[in-house]
Amino acid sequence: MPSLFCFGNRKRGACKAAARTRGPLPCRRTGGRGGPYQSGEVVEQLQQLVAEARERVEGATDLKALDEVRVHYLGKKGALTAQLKELGKLPAEERPAAGQKVNEAKTEVAGLIESRKEALAQSALAEQLAGEQVDVTLPGRRQADGALHPITQTLERIETFFAGLGFRVAEGPEVEDDFHNFEALNIPEHHPARAMHDTFYFDAHRVLRTHTSPVQIRTMEQERPPLRVIAPGRVYRCDSDLTHSPMFHQVEGLCVDTDITFADLRGVLSAFLQAFFDRDDLATRFRPSYFPFTEPSAEVDIQCVHCGGDGCRVCSHTGWLEVMGCGMVHPNVLGHVGIDAEQYTGFAFGLGVERMAMLRHGVNDLRLFFDNDIRFIGQFGQTG
Amino acid sequence: MRISVQWLQEWLQIDETPEALGHRLTMAGLELDAVEPAAPDFSGVRVGHVLSVEPHPDADRLRVCRVEAGEAEPLTIVCGAPNVHEGMRAPVAVIGAVLPGDFRIKRSKLRGVASEGMLCSARELGLSEDAAGLLALPATLEAGQDLREALALDDTILEVDLTPNRADCLGMRGIARECSALLDRPLQAPAASVVGVASAAGVAVDVRDPEACPLYAARVLEGLDAQAATPLWMTERLRRAGVRPLSAIVDVTNYVMLELGQPLHAFDAGRTGDPIVVRRAEKGESLTLLGGDQTVKLSPQDVVIASAEGPLALAGVMGGAASAVDDATTRVILECAHFTPRALAGRARAHGLHTDASHRFERGVDPTLVPQAMERATQLLLEICGGQCGPVEQVGETPSSHGESAITLRPSRVQRLLGVTLQATEVERILRALDCQVTTTDEGWSVHAPRARFDLEREEDLIEELARVHGYDALPQTLPKPVAPATPDAGLRSLRTGLARQGFHEIISFSFVAREAAQAFYPDVEPLALANPISSDLAVMRPGLWPGLVTTAAYNQARQQSDLRLFEHGLRFVPDASGLRQEARLAGLIGGRAHPEFWQGAARELDFFDAKGVVEGLCARVGGRLGFCAERHPALHDGQSARVLVDDQAIGWVGRLHPSLCERFDVDPVYLFDLDAVAVVRAPVAQFAPLSPYPSIRRDLALVVSESVAAGDVLAAIDELNLGLVQDVRLFDVYQGKGLNPGEKSLALGLILRAFDRTLGEQDVAGVTDAVVRHLQTRFNATLRQ
Repeated sequence: MPSLFCFGNRKRGACKAAARTRGPLPCRRTGGRGGPYQSGEVVEQLQQLVAEARERVEGATDLKALDEVRVHYLGKKGALTAQLKELGKLPAEERPAAGQKVNEAKTEVAGLIESRKEALAQSALAEQLAGEQVDVTLPGRRQADGALHPITQTLERIETFFAGLGFRVAEGPEVEDDFHNFEALNIPEHHPARAMHDTFYFDAHRVLRTHTSPVQIRTMEQERPPLRVIAPGRVYRCDSDLTHSPMFHQVEGLCVDTDITFADLRGVLSAFLQAFFDRDDLATRFRPSYFPFTEPSAEVDIQCVHCGGDGCRVCSHTGWLEVMGCGMVHPNVLGHVGIDAEQYTGFAFGLGVERMAMLRHGVNDLRLFFDNDIRFIGQFGQTG
Repeated sequence: MRISVQWLQEWLQIDETPEALGHRLTMAGLELDAVEPAAPDFSGVRVGHVLSVEPHPDADRLRVCRVEAGEAEPLTIVCGAPNVHEGMRAPVAVIGAVLPGDFRIKRSKLRGVASEGMLCSARELGLSEDAAGLLALPATLEAGQDLREALALDDTILEVDLTPNRADCLGMRGIARECSALLDRPLQAPAASVVGVASAAGVAVDVRDPEACPLYAARVLEGLDAQAATPLWMTERLRRAGVRPLSAIVDVTNYVMLELGQPLHAFDAGRTGDPIVVRRAEKGESLTLLGGDQTVKLSPQDVVIASAEGPLALAGVMGGAASAVDDATTRVILECAHFTPRALAGRARAHGLHTDASHRFERGVDPTLVPQAMERATQLLLEICGGQCGPVEQVGETPSSHGESAITLRPSRVQRLLGVTLQATEVERILRALDCQVTTTDEGWSVHAPRARFDLEREEDLIEELARVHGYDALPQTLPKPVAPATPDAGLRSLRTGLARQGFHEIISFSFVAREAAQAFYPDVEPLALANPISSDLAVMRPGLWPGLVTTAAYNQARQQSDLRLFEHGLRFVPDASGLRQEARLAGLIGGRAHPEFWQGAARELDFFDAKGVVEGLCARVGGRLGFCAERHPALHDGQSARVLVDDQAIGWVGRLHPSLCERFDVDPVYLFDLDAVAVVRAPVAQFAPLSPYPSIRRDLALVVSESVAAGDVLAAIDELNLGLVQDVRLFDVYQGKGLNPGEKSLALGLILRAFDRTLGEQDVAGVTDAVVRHLQTRFNATLRQ
């Protein structure tokens, strides 16, 4: 089959043509000078052998068969090798030319074998590849998907923003003493704000922290201004229903320096909320409120992220969502930790992480965060 | 606090829509919760005058009434209300009227008698839940008048959420004051009246705790008709404020509280004795409260109003049942007093109570109101119930209108805190509108706060008032000066992310667990118990993270999710002799198949070594020598439990959950780990070590040892030899069975040898192998397997 012979880029039949033009020419030249009968016999025999070899090469369907062909023509006892031995029977003056003919024939046959070998290798490879074909639409083999808890992801998002403004993460104990959770934050015993906190307690002096604000106090007890810290973590309130979990997460922030103003507080929190919700034009508003540990105090609302402020079920048709509490650190709080309130001012803020996560991811039930159903957690991928 | 706009208009002019007024209040810190109409939409309802009531010929319960309703002829109306009677005035919905819920009144026949309308109850008009009978209207109303007009129902209620510092707004007077400041409009306070004393009846008052009760006023009113009807305007205002009208005397005390913010109490004078004593309760005393359903045990922290016999009322919280007024009461002692927030703080709550009075006193009631409220209540009582009043017996001085201590307000401080300069005129206008006394000084201003404002004590408080009334959103926004960014803690983040990439789901479980669960997992720890747990399932602080993980595994397994990899990061709480240790842990659980289901081959089940592998991965960067030693843990399978060590320091556990706990918590087999989160996060900075350019040689050895020899000890022993050429030792097979004696096992070790200065030859390899074999022979009686 010529197509097998001429495997590759070469044009079909080109090899045969080359063999034909190369073959007869030298014969005529030498044939003119020497004994025409004998040398002509050699040439004829060679041509026959080559033609026969070509057929057998083409007929070889595997490397082993091809090697047998090689041995048959080119081996020590091969047919063409035998022709060389026959040269001795020729007259001396004809030998060189005839020898050249034989060598040319050998070269030609070797070339044919080489080409065939290459073609066979290619076809063997093609066959192998065909055999190794897979259904690429079958599912891939992989490790099961995992995910960080959406609360962790939300915390990291918040931490990353504030880190950019120089706020370091600070941590504190969750079983807290009364002083750090209340007293130092200007919430004396029996203050109405205490009742609002629904505190879990252990004994007269130990409580589960109701907010991460005590970390403010612990930080200020140990460090002097300028201070920029945020305190993320678990907090606890003795309350459990559809919209309240006895444990949830807060991030508390504190910034104290010689020149911190309420305007800075507004600027930082507006920028944060816009970054958190990926909305440069997110409207925020600050409403006066009351916290014992800040004065002035404010609550921060954002334009409802569900309806864009038109009013919907999520925002109770007000167009606004309350997301944070904040204010300027109360002088009594600074006083408790020995920071001169005349020299330093500061702001503090706090936010509920679950609420932020619910708004960002559209989660409609607080309890999902603590059921820990892996179908729920898995919805938040690794970086969502 | 529910504010009737109509009522508010008595105090100042309101041009704004209710929504606009509500928004202004919200933006001043009095958060608007709801705006609702005083009455739902209805039309065609008039004041009806019942002229006659006849029985229905065909129905026992129905009556046929003739009702004057402003038409040419009286209407015939069939009515089933039990209280319908001749002469009464009641709302009548005429033909064509539309009641709430789009209920249209049509001409109809009831049991054969045509009815030309419907007489209505309060509930049918959406005014209250009272459906017991017709809404009785005062006789003063003219028949035929439109009811909405007659009752002034076209009013709007603003429901406002007050922060605890704004007790001054728990009355119309305070709300009006606030609105006057916010709208910059003058306050038209109704003139206070003083009632003439017409009787000599009095009561002696003995205040034994003037600190708790600096001001106590009482007076006797006689000849009252306790059954007098409360006027409609008053019941309407009470209703709109969300207070249920009860009886004239109680209604008046409630009304004055809503108007001025001062709680009052009326005792039946026949049941109190004389004198009235204000004192701390004594241990062992108790009091049955109004209504008679609840008796509270008193303690010396409670302040009581008492007679010689014992407590009559829990001061500032609630009256007692024994001295309560009722329909037969003719003489009352009207109490109007000031109790300090300090004295009342937490007292109501201590008894599980929360009343309108305690809510106000705990937050602070303007003490200057006592005489004014007393006069106002007296006036109203006499108007409604008749009778005469005796003189006021007052113990304690009425304080001056404003606080005695001056608060200095400096413009510089305003600027420091708010980041903006406010005009002096604006500052003074706001403070005066809030009823502060303001004088200018060299420093700025000297300010005396009104007594009603318990929250104005210092400069910052005044600055908040300025900002609040000026409007927070009218203040500037800036950013603090930039500083270098902080670097978030990368260690924990990368461990968490690494676990998530290995297919772990992070969970967050409650830090409190059931006591039984804590003890099942950690029998050696007496857990820290909450004094007021929310339920027995959440009663003690977790001594470890495993109960939460196992419970979560059970939760998920019950939902057909059995291939689980879970982890949690959080504190454990371990009480010990030195106090309470609150330690961060990183713990996890795995169970089910090692790989997700695949179309080729079956996935094997996870086992101990998967869990151990996770731990090895987590500890890969701790920088110390990681070890595992077989040790029992009460929560783990006896034979599959190991302590995790770093440089011989215990940092955690890994193992299989004990089968008995599997059964108890209803989980399929799972493997657990628990690590000191601080230890695993602490990764030293990686340091470069040179690479050898020469090839390594591997030599495999099969060593036979007793099956009791721990593989880890064998590896550690090779490590001990400290052979410089040994780069790594790989344990690649453990074999027991045919070809070995019982009690023996074969460990197949691959020694990876490499030098830094040359290619190793056979001699090097033989030297190392001999040394290893000899050492293991000595240590473990190991032999080369034939």
